[in-house]
Amino acid sequence: MTDLSPAPRRAYIEVEDLSVQFPTEDGLVRAVDGVTFSIDKGQTIAIVGESGSGKSVTAQAIMGLVNARTADVTGHVWVDGQDIVGMTDDELRKMRGSTMAMIFQDPMSSLHPFYRIGAQLTEAVNVHNKVSKKEARDRAIEMLQKVGIPSPEKRIEDYPHQFSGGMRQRVMIAMALINSPSLLIADEPTTALDVTVQAQIMELILELQQEYNTAVVLITHDLGIVADAADQVAVMYGARVVESGVIDDIFYKPEMPYTLGLLASVPRLNQVRADRLDPIPGNPPSPIRLPSGCVFNPRCVYKDRVEGDLCATERPALLPTDLGHMVRCHMSKEDREAVATIALGTLGRETA
Amino acid sequence: MSAYVVRRVISMILLLLLLTFVVFILFSLLPTDPARLTCGKSCTPEIIEANRHRLGLDLPVLQQYWEYLKGIFVGRVYAQDSPDPVVCSAPCLGYSFKRGEEVFILIKEGFPATFWLALGAFVMWLAAGISVGVYAALHRGKWQDKTVMGISLAGYSLPSFFLGLMAIFFIVIRLQLLPYPSYISPFENPTQFLQTMILPWIVLAILYAAFYMRLTRNQMLEVLGEDYIRTARAKGLPERIVIRKHALRAGLTPIVTAAGLDLAGLLGGAIITESIFSLPGIGSLAVNSVNDADLPLIVGITLVTATFIIVANLIVDLLYAVIDPRVRLA
Repeated sequence: MTDLSPAPRRAYIEVEDLSVQFPTEDGLVRAVDGVTFSIDKGQTIAIVGESGSGKSVTAQAIMGLVNARTADVTGHVWVDGQDIVGMTDDELRKMRGSTMAMIFQDPMSSLHPFYRIGAQLTEAVNVHNKVSKKEARDRAIEMLQKVGIPSPEKRIEDYPHQFSGGMRQRVMIAMALINSPSLLIADEPTTALDVTVQAQIMELILELQQEYNTAVVLITHDLGIVADAADQVAVMYGARVVESGVIDDIFYKPEMPYTLGLLASVPRLNQVRADRLDPIPGNPPSPIRLPSGCVFNPRCVYKDRVEGDLCATERPALLPTDLGHMVRCHMSKEDREAVATIALGTLGRETA
Repeated sequence: MSAYVVRRVISMILLLLLLTFVVFILFSLLPTDPARLTCGKSCTPEIIEANRHRLGLDLPVLQQYWEYLKGIFVGRVYAQDSPDPVVCSAPCLGYSFKRGEEVFILIKEGFPATFWLALGAFVMWLAAGISVGVYAALHRGKWQDKTVMGISLAGYSLPSFFLGLMAIFFIVIRLQLLPYPSYISPFENPTQFLQTMILPWIVLAILYAAFYMRLTRNQMLEVLGEDYIRTARAKGLPERIVIRKHALRAGLTPIVTAAGLDLAGLLGGAIITESIFSLPGIGSLAVNSVNDADLPLIVGITLVTATFIIVANLIVDLLYAVIDPRVRLA
């Protein structure tokens, strides 16, 4: 199943057939199974999916944070022509925090509670650059200023517990961007924050992305954020990418039944009150026992449209349906489009 | 911060006062009659009553306590109205008529041996316990971890009297690698001091190290799963800095607590180890005082030991604030 002829690499980041498996006593956990996508500098790809779909592990694998002793990582992650997979620990370490950086979901627990903000920021500078104490400190203050922390030359002496959640996430962003990385992975950066703060933080990330021309991998389950921030979207389900494409393809011309379900389950302001939200029936699959064939088939309401039990026996490939729009589904293109109209008829009209 | 310290010191002093009261009352409730213990089999009731008066034991209990408390601060004189009064100078923790010596002086004489024993073992068990605990945590679930934890369980289960006797039997008597332990001050004869102390240190340290290995291992495993450790790795820090600077620092807090209290407990005498290696420390003194039913001495040792623990508690709490900045505001 390996692709033997690597295409010429054009995109800045190319993730190719990335798989992460954890051998456990209960069996092999396939956390990520053949994930493929690519983005350029200055662009944002959103990886969308429910809990356990493998989106966070994908992010950690790109950062090289998946422990090689407990997991098998295969495939390729090309960052500026260098393959992260197969790098030694030390090579990876040198890229982390300088070429690629990450911000996490919970800013309350992501900063070390015993060290001052300043110490944590300068540490990030010093590990990759030979600079004086003063320079590192100036850099930290400048960065705090940039992420909108008032009087940074004073706050730099404070401990994390003296900051609010939103402010801590700003500090995390400052720390991630302090060495001007070309790739930023944001793993649900706003999920743990107050709704009022969420928009500010997202805005800050996008603003700094513009300034540094950073490629951003945005992991989220919030489709609202995706609509605001992403250029491209990869929808993950059961460790696989089931549909990917530019944002308009995913929002206005989705073809994979899971994506349809996802979009249909979003509340809309102009929805009639009495209408209930449309959830996807069933539960996400266990990563230890992924369904055979199409991972979504046990929950798919359209599988009758495929002849025989193809959906349950054969794994569909991620195939292009349009330029840059990939879908993993056994249905014919006509059926997929018909199904989309049924599922999102109203949605399609109102957003188009 | 300083207000916090003042508050804590005041409450500690009150606690110490309460402690003296409880200990004193507890021992005065014993069925043993201390006056009866002052003379041997040929005792007549007259002598007992005379001694009772000499010792002030004929006073009401609360007044006895008051005299005792006063003695700690200003000293006291026993048998004031007799031809040969006994002077016990401040701080007077009572007078051992069995030994013809002030309790405070007896404890003071025993303290150096106990202190050196505790300190040496403390350094050894912390060094061994923490480093091996970290090692086991980093190899979690692998054979290194299992081996180390197995050995630790064995060390934890072996009683120190067994270990101590084995050590003396094999190393001192059979192999004659060390002379028979005979305590001497390190300032007088450092070589003999070390030769005497090395076995008791090891025996005592093994027992505690086993516990600290487990504590450190569990603590490290917990901390290594924290988000801020992932952040440290995402920064590109080398693993050894992630472990030492980020994980160990955070995992240290409960270890400091346990270590402070354990050290304080040992300063009150390691009874078994001191007895086996015939170290003239507070532990040996405690055993002897119980054997001789030397009540004033038992009360004194109890008080001193408890005081160490209370003071250590305060120090540990203050250290906490140094380690964890979040405590400072509390």
